This record gives sequence, structure tokens and C-alpha cells, in this order.
Amino acid sequence: MSCIERKLAELQKRGEAALIPFVTAGDPNLATTLKILRALDKGGADCIELGIPFSDPTADGPTIQRSSERALKNGLSLPRIFQLVRQFRRTSEVPIILFGYFNPIFHYGLESFCRAAARAGADGILCVDLPPEESAELKRWTDAQGLDLIFLLSPTSGPDRVQLVAGKGRGFIYYVSVTGVTGARQALDDQLRSQVARVRRATSLPVGVGFGISTPKQAAWIAGFADAAVVGSALVERIEKAKGGAEKARCAGAFVSELKRAMKQVVKRS
Amino acid sequence: MPALTELERAYAQARRDPSFRKEFQHYLRQYAGRATPLYFAERLTDKLSGAKIYLKREDLCHTGAHKINNTLGQILLARRMGKERIIAETGAGQHGVATATVAARFGLECEIFMGKEDVARQSLNVFRMKLLGAKVRVVEAGSQTLKDAMNEALRDWVTHVRNTYYLIGSVAGPHPYPMMVRDFQSVIGKEARRQFLKAEGRLPDYLVACVGGGSNSMGLFYPFVSDSKVRMLGVEAAGRGLRTGKHAASILGGEVGVLHGSKSYVLQDARGQIRETHSIAAGLDYPGVGPELSYLGDRGRVRFVSATDSEAIEAIKFLAEVEGIIPALESAHAVAAVMRLAPRLAKHRTVIINLSGRGDKDMTTVGDYLGVRL
Repeated sequence: MSCIERKLAELQKRGEAALIPFVTAGDPNLATTLKILRALDKGGADCIELGIPFSDPTADGPTIQRSSERALKNGLSLPRIFQLVRQFRRTSEVPIILFGYFNPIFHYGLESFCRAAARAGADGILCVDLPPEESAELKRWTDAQGLDLIFLLSPTSGPDRVQLVAGKGRGFIYYVSVTGVTGARQALDDQLRSQVARVRRATSLPVGVGFGISTPKQAAWIAGFADAAVVGSALVERIEKAKGGAEKARCAGAFVSELKRAMKQVVKRS
Repeated sequence: MPALTELERAYAQARRDPSFRKEFQHYLRQYAGRATPLYFAERLTDKLSGAKIYLKREDLCHTGAHKINNTLGQILLARRMGKERIIAETGAGQHGVATATVAARFGLECEIFMGKEDVARQSLNVFRMKLLGAKVRVVEAGSQTLKDAMNEALRDWVTHVRNTYYLIGSVAGPHPYPMMVRDFQSVIGKEARRQFLKAEGRLPDYLVACVGGGSNSMGLFYPFVSDSKVRMLGVEAAGRGLRTGKHAASILGGEVGVLHGSKSYVLQDARGQIRETHSIAAGLDYPGVGPELSYLGDRGRVRFVSATDSEAIEAIKFLAEVEGIIPALESAHAVAAVMRLAPRLAKHRTVIINLSGRGDKDMTTVGDYLGVRL
């Protein structure tokens, strides 16, 4: 069992869902991101998704596009992200999932990337534009390095695809709550509960839900039927608005603990 | 991904269906105005005093470029699939116009994504699209050109995937698009092959076409791929010069990467981030290139050269003056390459240039470049 799976199983035993915040690495700089990661940890994050910025983030809405642009403008590169993870690891055991697009990983080299990610202390990889059908090469190296390769499912995924991802996925299955890109949303789909139940029947892996979750209330609702809630854009937006590194970290930590508190009040009924 | 699987299945059925092929042929003939002439450019040949040059006149297609061949094929497919809304990306606006045109013809809702910079330099085409009833969405992200328009169209597609058909205009993007667009465009090469055989009683020595994403070049080249004696030349946009970094030559200046769902040559930096490109021709201003062209390049079947902005401008002026034909800035890159090639060839050699579009849309850009206020 991987660190991510163990963490989610522990929480499951207590009837709790995991909170997985997302932040873009290097937005606006790495020193700030380190402060934010530590604040997220303190605030109650169960795992952290660390975004690897990409020039053409086709799965992301405007909030994360802007944050990627800010990070890239400051010359962010993969070796510096690994360094960031290593620094964070010195003081925290919260599982880290590197979330990114295929080209920067491919350009770095799949094997070197997985080796460096594992050595830095990352636990999982989520490559948002790499469908499971094309993932064999990357999976060979994530498996070899003991990294969880996490896949996405969405409301348009048919039964065959659910099976495929249930077979290949590690860590957890990331269920995309909406058809569309990342970004905070006013309302989530009412059918989400039954859709997650459908995925759950096909797999023994935990099922996390992400895309569009932006309020403590929504996160709490998700916690009622899923194993994890991922909150990205709403958090990145707060970081964007806060002025200065210390203030950004404080806002991020406060938001995460607010989300976590709301989620804890829910007893899971599954 | 499920949307791509659905599309792949629908296209596999359609291409086997004689009634689909018949319908496509009908509209190519009656609506797009095919077959386009394969025109012997006598004065151009004389002036360059080398190989005998023919022009495949795609500029004479309805809407003024080869783009209509593909949009007709795909709109018929979209109708078969029961989609109500069409979206497309566009650079020069030619594909946007061609998409808006067929959407109007078949009464479908249409939205075109176009980078802000391209909207500024192709205002005539923006107006044409609006006149055709399409909504034009101005994309302000990234470099505000074709790749960003494609990003935004992909985002829209995943959001409205159930009722929306994404009509990609180039042989790029995820499978099955590169194959499908190539098939629809290969009418260019099939016609040219037949027409050339009739005119000269043999196959041409050279085929020359400009390469951005690669749809017009694949369309001309594909039916000749197994004719090993026919040489193929793809002309990439060298912008202000390959060494300046301000260009859009993905094969000559890029590395293998994955962009918009296909593995091919991509202009990228040392970190694998996609680079901003430059070409005076908006239709060539794209950091990737069709995967099949990369493959044919690697195999040595297609040779790639480039032409700069200023060579393209010279080529427009030259062709306009000697043949009375004003090519699109994109197609002018192919003409520029032939202006270098033809004089080095013997008189019995033959060349076909794919004149993929007409230059009316570029008059403001050309005027600006030459310092003439229109």
C-alpha cells in the first residue's frame, strides 16, 4: 500500500474524507510556495497536489492558467520543483501528488522524471493530458519508483473506461465532477453522488472528487459520499488576491482549515 | 477521450459508406467549385528559367482557400453524429471562414475561437465570419495566436462535449483528426495527380507546399507518397530568420514533443514549455506540425526547407506581377521556395506548387510590411 492509499484508508476507517488542496508550484515564487505548503499541512491538508505549470494548460480554467503564467514568468523548472518537494519533506510527511501536463515531463525524460520525483519525496503523479490508453511507458517508471500514477474519470466516461482506469490506477481515482475545465463553480451536479457510487462499484481504490469545488459547504457535501475532495482554483484565487508571501500562506492555511472543519462534521454514509 | 472514441467510430463508419462519399463529392463539386485548375504558370516558368511550374489553384475554391475541403467533410460527419453546435479554432481566419460558411449552409450554430493578435491582423476575415452568422470568441490567453485559440476551443469542447462538434482545421490535434483532415484534403493531390498525368503524360518531379499545421501539404502530398520518384518539399515559416528564434518552423527548429494530443515536432524551450512563434502568415503561426508530416520527414520522404517573412512578401509581389495571381501569405512561402529551386533545375523538370489560398485577406498586413497605409 502506498502512502496515499494508506492515508486515505486511515481516514476512511475514521469515517472521514481526505482534503486535497491544489497549488501551483512557483506561483509567484518557490519561497512562497514552500510557506504555503507548510501552511496547508498545518491547516489540515491530508494530501497536497502540487501543480507543475505548463504554457498551454488545456484542462484548466482562467484561475490556474494565470497562476501557471506567473510561475513560468519567474523561470520555474522541474529541478527547482523537485528541490521544493525535498525542502518540504524535511518537515512534513503529507503525501504529495505532482499534477501536470505531459510535455514538460516527456521533455525531461520519463525515467529521469520519475526517479527525481521519487527521490525528492513525491508520492504520486497525475498527468492530466495523458489518457490511460497511452500511459504504459510512464506507468512503467512510476511503478518502478513506487509512485502512484493517478487517473481521471469524468461524467462522460463509459463503463469500459471506468474498468480500464480501475485496473490501471493507483492511489485513488480522481473523479472530475463536471464536464469542463478546472475552476470554482457556484453549483455542482446533483447527480454527482450516484456517479461516484457507479465508479465505486467498479473499483477497490478510493474515489476522490475534484474540479469546481470551491466552498466549505460543497466540500462537506462531497465528504458525505466520496473519499477525498480536491480544492484547486478557489484556493489559488485566494493566494492570488493576498498580498505578500506570509499573507498568502496565512490565507491558504486558514481556507484549508475551514474546509477541513466543514468536512469533519460530516459522517460518511457509504 | 470518450468524445474522440465516438468521433473515431463515426468517421470509420462514414468513410466506408458510399452515400457519405457521394454526398461529400457532391458538395465539393457544387458548393466548393471543384475541381480546381492545375494551371501551367507560363510566365513564372519563363522568368525563373528553369523547371516547368504548375499551380494547383486552391485559391479558387469557395471562400478562397483549400480549407473548405475539410470543413465540408467534417460538417457532413457532424450532421451524421447529430451534433447541433460547431466550434473551430482559426489563425489566419481562413479555416474560421470555411467553418462558418458550412455551418451557415447546414444551419448549425457556430462559434470560432481566434487569438487576439490574429483578430487584429485579420480583421477582414473576422467580419466575414460574423456576416456568416458565427460568433467570434477572442482569445486573450498566452501568445494570443493559433495555439491559444486551439487551447480555448479544446476547453470549450470538453465543457460542451455532448452537443458540440470540434471542427479542427489542420492535420494536427489528437487522433483521428490528423488522419481525417488528411483524407478530406487529399482531394487536392488526387486531382493534381490526374490533371498532371493528363497534361504531361507523366508524374511531376517536385511537389511544393507551405507547412504550418500541414493540411494543404498533406492534402497534396498524400496521394503521391508511394510514387517514390516524386520529390516533396514542405516549406516552413522562418519568420524573421531561423536563427532569431522568431519563427514557426517546427520541424526545422523544434524537438519531439506532445502538443494538443499528438506526438510530433514542437517548438519548445529547454523546460518543455511551448514557445511563442512568429510568422507574418497567421495560418503558419503554430508551434506544432502534423504527426504524419514529422514521420514523412524523419523517413526522408518529405524534405523541409523554410522561407522568411520578407521572402514571402517578395513572392507575393513576384507572382502578382508575372501571373496576375495574388497568393495568400501562407502559400507565398511555397512560391518563395520555388523561386530558389526552379532556376537550379533543368527545363524538362516539373514542379507543382500548392497555391493553397488567395491573398485578399492579407492586403493590410502586406501594406503594413511595405510601409503603405491602406
